[in-house]
Amino acid sequence: MTKSYQEIPLTPVSDTPSTVNLTGLWRVMMPVVDKGKCKKCTICWKFCPDVAIKLVDGVPEVDYQYCKGCGICAAECPSKCIVMVKEGEQ
Amino acid sequence: MRKVMTGNYASAYGAKLARAEVIAAYPITPQTSIVEKLAEFVATGELKAKFIPVESEHSAMAACIAAQTAGARTYTATSSHGLTLMHEVLMWASGARLPIVMTNVSRAMAPPWSVWVDHMDSIAQRDTGWLQFFCQSNQEVLDTIIMAYKICESTGVMLPAMIIEDAFILSHTSEPVDVPEQQLVDSFLPSYSPDLKIEVGKARGFGSLVKPDQYMEFRYKAMLAMKEAHDRILRVEQEFKHVFGREHGGLLERYRCEDAETVLVTAGSVAATAKDVVDALRANGQRVGLARIRAFRPFPHDEIRSLANKLEGIAVLDRSYTFGAAGAMFTEVKASAYSCQKRPVMKNYIAGLGGRDITPKILSRIFEDIQVIAKRGAEDEVEWVDVAGLPRRWR
Repeated sequence: MTKSYQEIPLTPVSDTPSTVNLTGLWRVMMPVVDKGKCKKCTICWKFCPDVAIKLVDGVPEVDYQYCKGCGICAAECPSKCIVMVKEGEQ
Repeated sequence: MRKVMTGNYASAYGAKLARAEVIAAYPITPQTSIVEKLAEFVATGELKAKFIPVESEHSAMAACIAAQTAGARTYTATSSHGLTLMHEVLMWASGARLPIVMTNVSRAMAPPWSVWVDHMDSIAQRDTGWLQFFCQSNQEVLDTIIMAYKICESTGVMLPAMIIEDAFILSHTSEPVDVPEQQLVDSFLPSYSPDLKIEVGKARGFGSLVKPDQYMEFRYKAMLAMKEAHDRILRVEQEFKHVFGREHGGLLERYRCEDAETVLVTAGSVAATAKDVVDALRANGQRVGLARIRAFRPFPHDEIRSLANKLEGIAVLDRSYTFGAAGAMFTEVKASAYSCQKRPVMKNYIAGLGGRDITPKILSRIFEDIQVIAKRGAEDEVEWVDVAGLPRRWR
């Protein structure tokens, strides 16, 4: 609903953080982690531009609510334990 | 206290007297001595401020934006390529409605490489939503910085301002400047306390995404603010005059225009030379005057229109050129005069690019030319002045 110019502040201000936007819906390809092959180097965690990888005992856990499926983690993983799979085909 | 100082030191003293709390800047010729002086003020403790040396002008403006969003009064200074590198974030500063004040030492754009004065850099930023003040003297530079904070921080405005001083002609030339007492400035300019700012413990996003159903209302508000700035400039200058005993001419300074038939419109330091030329021509009985565009944004449309109504001819001297069109000041002056009952003859003179001197003789010839064509009607709308290879001699 459009607010009149008199009702709005000088510049848009939001009280909610941008994390309310669940960007996981954008995903076409999804990263799948083979935890057994993981060497716990944490490179995927450092490279994820959306902070969508959490580490559990040094092993990546992808937060699929936010992961946009860019594939940087899979490209950077030296032990090739992350592979990109078409969404819905895993 | 009267001191002899350069335009750059006048800028630094202006920011110091305004008690800027955060200064972020990157050096560039001929702006460097502004921030060097401010860094010295901060280092000696004369100015209680956070000085942030940054890696580029884009970062300088970004740092000011962040600090101002957190409720600090900020200042920066730049020139030419530094200003144009800031372009993106200049838009952000005005859209976020942050009353940042910046000095731009106006310098020609390269190539050809040049460090000397013209107004191309400033004119290229005219659509960024900043107030733009062109100064004629070092005193005006200092005074306008103090006034700009008061104008821009007022509730109805909340927009940033660019104070423009001509490279070398003002930036590195010493003039007597009255440096007002801090106490007096404090009584004139209250501390900055915006209604909306970043607050610890209160998570908020600023400048967030709005969809097409809400975008225009925000831009409309900025448009109203620029209109309000017009009146605020006049009011604040009257208050300034009351406290400090000087004024600089509002948005459009008119010099000996009352009974003038032809007027030269220009901006910046060349106006001082033009005033001498007006005096000389007046002594010869010529009814000429000078109108100095002090505020280019907001543009003094009403002032130009009421002046143009009484004139036969207007010469507009631009120290920059908008390729494919004409001088930007000329375009604006012409648009303002369009609704006059009896439109005067108007002609654009492009002069002084890249620091070329605009001498009294050249200005006399411009006055001569406009007086002749005012009687006869203009043939060339835009003429480049003092260009080697063109038939007309100006020197």
